[in-house]
Amino acid sequence: MVTITIEGLCADLQRRPVLNDISATLAPGKMIGIIGPNGSGKSTLVRAILGLVRARRGSILVDRRDVSLVPPRELARTIAYLPQGQTLHWPLSVERLILLGRLPHLGPLSRVSEEHARASQAAMARADVTHLSGRIVTELSGGERARVMLARALAVGAPAIVADEPLAALDPGHQMDVMELLSREAKAGSLVVVVLHDLTMAARYCDQILLLNEGSLVADGPAPQVLTEQALMQVYGITAAFSDCHGRAAVIPFARMASSARL
Amino acid sequence: MTRAIVLELRLPRTLVALLVGAMLGLAGGVLQGYLRNPLAEPSVLGASNSAALGAVGAIYFGIAERHVALLPLLAILFGLLALLLLFGLAGRSESPLALVLAGIAVSTLAGAGISLALNLSSNPFAAMEIMSWLLGSVENRSMEHVWIALPCVAMGLSMLLFDTRALDALSLGEDGARSLGVNLRRTRARLLIGLAVGVGGAVAVSGSIGFIGLIVPHLIRPFTDRSPSAVLMPSMLGGAMLLASADILVRLIPTHSELKLGVVTAFLGVPVFLVHLLRERRLW
Repeated sequence: MVTITIEGLCADLQRRPVLNDISATLAPGKMIGIIGPNGSGKSTLVRAILGLVRARRGSILVDRRDVSLVPPRELARTIAYLPQGQTLHWPLSVERLILLGRLPHLGPLSRVSEEHARASQAAMARADVTHLSGRIVTELSGGERARVMLARALAVGAPAIVADEPLAALDPGHQMDVMELLSREAKAGSLVVVVLHDLTMAARYCDQILLLNEGSLVADGPAPQVLTEQALMQVYGITAAFSDCHGRAAVIPFARMASSARL
Repeated sequence: MTRAIVLELRLPRTLVALLVGAMLGLAGGVLQGYLRNPLAEPSVLGASNSAALGAVGAIYFGIAERHVALLPLLAILFGLLALLLLFGLAGRSESPLALVLAGIAVSTLAGAGISLALNLSSNPFAAMEIMSWLLGSVENRSMEHVWIALPCVAMGLSMLLFDTRALDALSLGEDGARSLGVNLRRTRARLLIGLAVGVGGAVAVSGSIGFIGLIVPHLIRPFTDRSPSAVLMPSMLGGAMLLASADILVRLIPTHSELKLGVVTAFLGVPVFLVHLLRERRLW
């Protein structure tokens, strides 16, 4: 169980301000979506949570300890990260890739023990990729690869998971697979933070949504409070239809506002 | 007579070849893992030529005569400068081609420096010696060369083999590796120093022998699980074996004057390099 508290966070990328005075509390057992237009600072926010981007002002607290003061390996055991783009530079087997998730638990010269193999197996089972274990990751389909990368993050066994656009380039079925999987992790007590573009997915699966625009936090709360006609118009410059498909939320963007009409 | 040939000629020569080969093989494997680029290798990236430039400078300006350690030191220093320049030029880019281009620039610059020394050197003996640094060879090496190479290579090998898990983590990119608890700055520093000391020390006794670090990991990778760390130890042993056997080959091939090792390895290495370059657009 881990709580991440963001307090008045300002951060720069190449001296350009990207995040401006962001405060939020990310509590365990919740699925938290971060949404916003391209370039609104979503990725920078999650990278700051992982200590990959330094705060210019404000702070990020991992269980009341500043993220920059947590030793890297300890932080790695606390927050698992699934970076954008499913980067993998070598054609590793699925099994070998997932074992990488155990690195934060291994010393430089220690051996991979039974315990690590078991944790990998469990992660593969949770992400439903056990049948792929002998395959080469770079030869998998997009949907399989997404689940395998997710299993790698699960193998860390961290109480928090941060996934940056895990749905990019997935078909609707596989998108739902990934969201279901993350949502199960949250229900089991993990803190799950996920960067999304799909508003319906955010509305349906997230317990809390942070809406970013131009580096500022515009709204923070449960989906019905954050995803309003007003907010989508202001932030995305779109009009959207809100509907309810058999008790499940759907947000369908249908028109782009002329740029002059945007607030 | 036979005893003298074995102990004073063959033994040091073979030991130098083994040390240099081990260092270059491992350096290739490590650079490929760190830069996530199967084309990376000390000579392709210009580190070997730069170290050779340092050695040539030591000879040209007569610095080498003052102390035995000065030539290897200058080689190490120049190797380090080349690697710093290279990591600086291409460190941010994840494209293999950008890195190779930067390496060509560094390598060509160092090569031009050596040619300049060759061009300006007044006596033909100095020119011959400088030439041998460009070609790369372990001919006529004595135990003194072994004692120069041994500490450098030992230090280089142990620094490069210390934390191979960081290289595995880098399969996931820099953010991926850092989020797995890898301290990239420390890893980079350790690799830079290990590579400079090891490759610099190797070049100081053998000149610029290219492509060992490219050929060996390339041959070994298909037999491993293709993770960067799995290639390292076999590359080290394979490099030692390849260079020692290539050296036996140049002694046995009947030519007018003995073939230089660097020439042979270049002829072996360039096809491997080309195969990789042509595959560049695919995943390997």
